[in-house]
Amino acid sequence: MTTRNAVQSKRRSGLRDPVEQLRRMFEIRYFEEEIVGLFSEGLVHGTTHTCQGQEALNVGLAVTLNSDDFVACTYRSHGFALALGLTPEAALGEIMGRTTGCIGGVGGSMHLSAPELGLLPTFAIVGAGLPIAAGAALAFQTRGEKRVAVAVFGDGAANIGAFHEALNLASVWKLPVIFLCDNNLYGEYSRIETTTSVVDIAQRASSYSMPSEIIDGMKVDEVIASLNRAIDRARSGGGPTLIEAKTYRYAGHSRADLATYRPEGELESWLPRDPILVRQNELVASGVLTLTQVEKISEEERAGIARVIEFTRNAPFPQPDAIFKNIWTG
Amino acid sequence: MAQVRFRQAIALALADEMRKDPAVMVFGEDVAHAEGPFKTSEGLLAEFGPLRVRDTPISEMAFTGAGVGAATAGMKPVIEIMFMEFMGVALDMVVTEAAKFHYLSGGQFKVPMVIRASVGAGGGFGLQHSQTLENWLVATPGLKVVVPSDIQSAYELTRAAIRDPGPVVVLEPRALYGDRGALEQKEDGFLEIGKARIMRGGSALTVVSMGQLVGKSLEALAGMDAEVIDLSTLVPWDQECVSQSLKKTGKLVIVQEAPISGGWGHEILSLMVSKHFADLKAPPFIISPPNTPVPYGKELEELYIPQPAYIKEQIAHYLLTSQVPTPWWIQRGLI
Repeated sequence: MTTRNAVQSKRRSGLRDPVEQLRRMFEIRYFEEEIVGLFSEGLVHGTTHTCQGQEALNVGLAVTLNSDDFVACTYRSHGFALALGLTPEAALGEIMGRTTGCIGGVGGSMHLSAPELGLLPTFAIVGAGLPIAAGAALAFQTRGEKRVAVAVFGDGAANIGAFHEALNLASVWKLPVIFLCDNNLYGEYSRIETTTSVVDIAQRASSYSMPSEIIDGMKVDEVIASLNRAIDRARSGGGPTLIEAKTYRYAGHSRADLATYRPEGELESWLPRDPILVRQNELVASGVLTLTQVEKISEEERAGIARVIEFTRNAPFPQPDAIFKNIWTG
Repeated sequence: MAQVRFRQAIALALADEMRKDPAVMVFGEDVAHAEGPFKTSEGLLAEFGPLRVRDTPISEMAFTGAGVGAATAGMKPVIEIMFMEFMGVALDMVVTEAAKFHYLSGGQFKVPMVIRASVGAGGGFGLQHSQTLENWLVATPGLKVVVPSDIQSAYELTRAAIRDPGPVVVLEPRALYGDRGALEQKEDGFLEIGKARIMRGGSALTVVSMGQLVGKSLEALAGMDAEVIDLSTLVPWDQECVSQSLKKTGKLVIVQEAPISGGWGHEILSLMVSKHFADLKAPPFIISPPNTPVPYGKELEELYIPQPAYIKEQIAHYLLTSQVPTPWWIQRGLI
């Protein structure tokens, strides 16, 4: 655990470097692509939700937070966990139900947890993370600490009561919490306009007297800048913010969903805005990296994920005693 | 010893723990300025201030969730659900979040949170404010549930719940809030969560009850050779205590406020029958209200709740015949 903590801590602090940000986005992309294959192979059973296309949001959040800040994420959080610093071994181990997983294989794909990185157990109930993040912020505020909590949620969660109750409570109490909406246009299998009364989720912040921003969630620098504004406001007692990041979910909702309900050409129209492509073009244009160096980073990350998969294929499954651990708090 | 009301015993327990531990905070609807709809937080805002004692919006999902988050981040929140029915809109936070965080973090996160809720019939509040509904919570590993039955147990179980490192639900029988009696305030040696209380020894019969029906059972059984057990903790309930008593008496009656079907009494009864079949001298049974909503009319509500005279009549018949008595609604041909 201590070794893992040291590795994770380095993975987290290293992210301030834009090249490392690109590297991590490659890692998340390849990780998620491989999960799809592992699912088809039967090595990831049950369900899994991948986040290809949303890596800028993952990395942008991790860059802006301290590791004693709290993050409540959803069932689509492999990318956030990796960005925050969880090792790919601990993430994949959990997703494949092995003892090497971050909670020893009893949680699975939807339940990653890393207290040392501020990652609350990820939520498989839509919207549940919002009140709980507000509660963590309440603890920080009550003790006079400068810490913040972030709730990440999808556009679908903006239609559940927990969203509205949490925004109101956070506003009334001026809690140091940031509500980060990952609007990828689809709530499960349904397109946003068929389920949601507004085009922009951010519009709903006005009902709760809360500042809001709409950002391009495909650009890591824009994510970082917006989060920094909200985090500064929260740390200085200015209360909560709702940020709506416009993103796109390349994959279907879950498992082997091929997302045939999407209009033809929609995915393709988003690909030129791919967060990895955008970041790598910026770094090449500004002379920080050459294309050859980008390719090298990409290949290193691809090879790294292949090693993690090999390692995890051979990792042990938990023993029956794992079922009985950590139920009652001692 | 001080003479206090049941509701004051709760307020005193909260204040005593808040003085001892700055992590303890209290929030819920009208608990601060109004000092609680049932005056169970009297004096707290004045003594501990608006950071630690807060009124919330009418948003059970938000403030129960906030309790989970605050507990996870190192506070010991005590939240109040005004009427148990209101927990229905926050049940995810109780059952699927608070009770699961420890497991889902490989034991790294703790949720030392107390959820207080007023329960039960007898106040004329009507059918959406009078249920006990403890069966919503009994199938949730990781969540403890305690039910005080008198002034002393209200004080001690509240303090024990706050000190417990995990989530605990305290179900307070609303009908008892106005009861007055002696309270011994103390700093330790509280009733233990998970331990039943033998309220009265006896050898002919074991009666297991909980909440406001403990007092009614004691009144009903005055003069009879019955052992009366206040379960006190519903989850995890004290199997050993009930087992020991049943081995001695061979007869078991559960007296519960919940409607008979799916109620907690069946949990006790079925386990005890499986375990002590050979020790039984008569079939065990449950005295309860019928499978109906709680009626409003004063006389109907009184009839609905098992009263001492009815409990006495049912048990006298059982002791005399070793047969399970017929409940009143069958006797009267109502269903």
